[in-house]
Amino acid sequence: MAVFRETVPRTFQEKLFELNWSVVLLLLLLGTVGVGMLYSAAEGAWNPWASRHFIRFGLGMVIMLVVALFPPRFWMGMAYPIYLGALTLLVGVEFIGETVNGAQRWLDVGPVRMQPSEIMKIAVVLAMARFYHDLPADKVNSAFGLLVPAFLLGAPAALILHQPDLGTAVLVVVTGAAIVFLAGLSWRIIIGGAIAAAFAIPAFLRFGLEDYQRRRIFTFLNPEDDPLGAGYHILQSKIALGSGGLTGRGFIEGTQTQLNFLPEKQTDFIFTILGEEFGLVGGLAVIGLYALVLANSVAIAASCKSTFLRLTVMGIATTFALYVFINVGMITGMLPVVGVPLPLISYGGTVMLAVLFGFGLILGAHIHRNAEPPRGAGLFG
Amino acid sequence: MQSDRQEQQLKFTRRALMMGVGGAAVFTALGGRLYQLQVIETERYRVLSEDNQFNFLLTPPSRGRILDRFGVPIADNRDSYRVVMIPEQVGNAEEALDRLGNVIEITPEQRDRILRNVSRAPRFRPITVRDDLDWGNFAAINLQTPDLPGIIPEVVEIRDYPSGEAFAHIVGYVQPAPEADAGDDPLLRHPGFRIGRTGAESAREDTLRGAAGSLKVEVNAFGRVIRELPEQSNLAVPGEDVRLTIDADAQRFAYDRLEGESAAAVAIDVESGDLLALASTPGFDPNQFVTGISQTDFNALNQNEFRPLYNKALQGTYPPASTFKAVVALAALEAGVVSPTERVTCTGSIPFGDREFHCWRRRGHGRVNLRDAVKTSCDIFFYEMAQRLGIDRIAAAARQFGLGSAPDIGLAGVSRGIVPDEQWKLSRYGQRWAQGETLITAIGQGFMLASPLQMAVMMARIASGRSVSPRLYLDRPADQGQELVQNPEHLDIVRDALRAVVHEPGGTSFYTLGGLGVEGVEMAGKTGSAQVYSISAAEREAGVRTQDELPWRLRDHGMFVCYAPADRPRYAVATVVEHGGGGSRAAARPARDILRFLIERDPSGAGPFTQNTDEGQPT
Repeated sequence: MAVFRETVPRTFQEKLFELNWSVVLLLLLLGTVGVGMLYSAAEGAWNPWASRHFIRFGLGMVIMLVVALFPPRFWMGMAYPIYLGALTLLVGVEFIGETVNGAQRWLDVGPVRMQPSEIMKIAVVLAMARFYHDLPADKVNSAFGLLVPAFLLGAPAALILHQPDLGTAVLVVVTGAAIVFLAGLSWRIIIGGAIAAAFAIPAFLRFGLEDYQRRRIFTFLNPEDDPLGAGYHILQSKIALGSGGLTGRGFIEGTQTQLNFLPEKQTDFIFTILGEEFGLVGGLAVIGLYALVLANSVAIAASCKSTFLRLTVMGIATTFALYVFINVGMITGMLPVVGVPLPLISYGGTVMLAVLFGFGLILGAHIHRNAEPPRGAGLFG
Repeated sequence: MQSDRQEQQLKFTRRALMMGVGGAAVFTALGGRLYQLQVIETERYRVLSEDNQFNFLLTPPSRGRILDRFGVPIADNRDSYRVVMIPEQVGNAEEALDRLGNVIEITPEQRDRILRNVSRAPRFRPITVRDDLDWGNFAAINLQTPDLPGIIPEVVEIRDYPSGEAFAHIVGYVQPAPEADAGDDPLLRHPGFRIGRTGAESAREDTLRGAAGSLKVEVNAFGRVIRELPEQSNLAVPGEDVRLTIDADAQRFAYDRLEGESAAAVAIDVESGDLLALASTPGFDPNQFVTGISQTDFNALNQNEFRPLYNKALQGTYPPASTFKAVVALAALEAGVVSPTERVTCTGSIPFGDREFHCWRRRGHGRVNLRDAVKTSCDIFFYEMAQRLGIDRIAAAARQFGLGSAPDIGLAGVSRGIVPDEQWKLSRYGQRWAQGETLITAIGQGFMLASPLQMAVMMARIASGRSVSPRLYLDRPADQGQELVQNPEHLDIVRDALRAVVHEPGGTSFYTLGGLGVEGVEMAGKTGSAQVYSISAAEREAGVRTQDELPWRLRDHGMFVCYAPADRPRYAVATVVEHGGGGSRAAARPARDILRFLIERDPSGAGPFTQNTDEGQPT
């Protein structure tokens, strides 16, 4: 078991004082935007979404602070257990999961209904950060250093893809790849892998996807061919955004939204409401908030002394960035409709908690940036 | 070791920065995409958004009314109470119908139709549950609406014919446009919209229909109307009213007077040509056709021996018979082939060719001049005139007096009738004209056919001496025509004879009528009776001697044409009673009564009742 030794033990208050308040403020702003947009999505009502989003956000912020206060050695110790737990849940989904919209993603645990794939996003980051933390730098490009991350990444990705949930699977794989890259993967392997992917992806498109996923990708290429079929979502979203113009139609004035032309408007298409009602100005402002959060995260990562914290922060930031990119890319018609929510703004409990849990780790890394936990002697000593 | 770590950290920072730059590029791409959609292409999407958001609903125009000459509505619009159901609001349609069934009656057939419609149409579209409810049921539903979500009582406009039967043939009725006519016209396809199918409703469709409006509405993604925007809509242009020359009271009187018979009556203003009554009995209730007549009712109408759906006043053609003699008499005088004092001997029959031609009065009329011949309707005298005139001059006179061509009164199906001549027979039968046919043409029999409308016009032209044309719509110009006679004295002689028909002993209507029945006003008239069936010698022996003993459909048609006042004619009336039998009695009395009605309504003789009208009548 890895043991951290803090050079200067600090009190609770001292740690709170060290909190990165600019990140907290940015997150608060994003959460507020979420509450406002969900209020508008319900045609100007707190129910059913805005009020619950507000409560979840508050709860998530508390969890975030708690997570941030735990020392890095605790999370390092928890990395593999959390990963194994999440993997178990994913396997559980495979057998006893609930099917929503043709995909088996949900697990009922007593009163809580959750998506294990959201937990897995954090778990993969923690597990891989721990692995590379323990791995000597010269072993990164060894067979062992390549195969273990491939398994850590491959197992959950395959399970998530089988649900099927293409968006999350892509997210997990790209996040993992980013960690591998940051850990020091040699450029030779990167280029070789890219060439292999160029061949593997068309094959995957042909054989590895469900029909509806393939159709989504093809309609993405030309949505206006089929305005009432699968391209409907993208087209309606583009109409909403485009008609919003520079400054938008005003809060709760978006006709596309208010007249129900947008599907799943409270989840995946929440940014569309924003774009319709607040225009380019509103959309860029929110993208700017996300960018600031990410820039702060990269700065935090760079300031950390331990590999574990650096990779954890960058991994989570990558996931977060991918959420935003895939979601906005999707609703603007740049990417296929893959069903990825907009973090902190879209309605949805598990995602919200997973994201804020992740920011707990980032804020924790900031507080403990000078900690230098030794390489673990455990599994891969 | 330390440098190793520093190098590692440097490598990490480098790669983290690379990712940061990549992320920045990706986010910039997002911003660029938003700029493209929201600034460069915004116009295009704004238009698409409008298309999504707004829809135009067709609003059918209110149909123009059909009024009589005084403005009394003959075809009107009334409020109809109906109840519709909006499936998406009722939830379970069957349960909703069960609940509604406790308030109003819903037959199993209606129920099946409603459920069928519910399963076919979009769930936000209203489905008619019951049409044309009475006030009691409508009030009951209104009372229950809080307990009947999605069940909506509504008031809509529907065509109404307040005194239906008497006007059915002139006014016609409206019905939904037949599939073939509707085509792509959204108005014709609009549920509840009806077009004129017969009569004036059909003939004046363009005037009555108006133009549809469009109501701009905001709709949601499911097509449901969220909001109406009347200020941004085109209002429907209501149809214009059409005013008939008909006097509704006279029409009703004529219809009532003939009810029970299969008959027709036409009343006309001899100066203007205005048609005051155009009655055909039996009638039918046009309201039945508006709301949808049942097959049983329709079959009953269609198979009725009296042919209620047929407008006998315009479409029916009958031999004008002796009513035509007035025209022949006038033609003979005008042609100079007879003098007013010349007498012809009637012995009851004359030989012509290889057969005998009989007078209706078997024992003859003795020596008769023209006036006597008209008064007593002596056939022999007119056989003589026929020979002197020849068929061409008889036919020409007939045409002058309005026979043989369909008067254009602006209704469909007006009969032309037949005025036969040599040419006509050759082209129709490919046979040469037989001289004997000239004789029977002169007494209005043989090939000759005329509608009651034509007989009325004929009488109006004798009464006025002008070629007046009949007119049905007040918005059309009246046509008083040309002088028809060269010598007005000839007209006076014929008119005097026609007066004698009614007022002098020996006149064919002296015993049945004897006068108009209005103090100080005399009338003139002419009887006619067209043989439908010859009583055979065998039947005569079996005891069938009179018309009344024959089956109805074999009896003679009776007809009567008349006008009044005799000295300064104003109104003419023609009646035909199908199989009226027994000479012209059945036709003469109703004709006289209609004429009296008109005279009593216009005691000053100033014209067709111009009193109490807001708008001046072009009489």
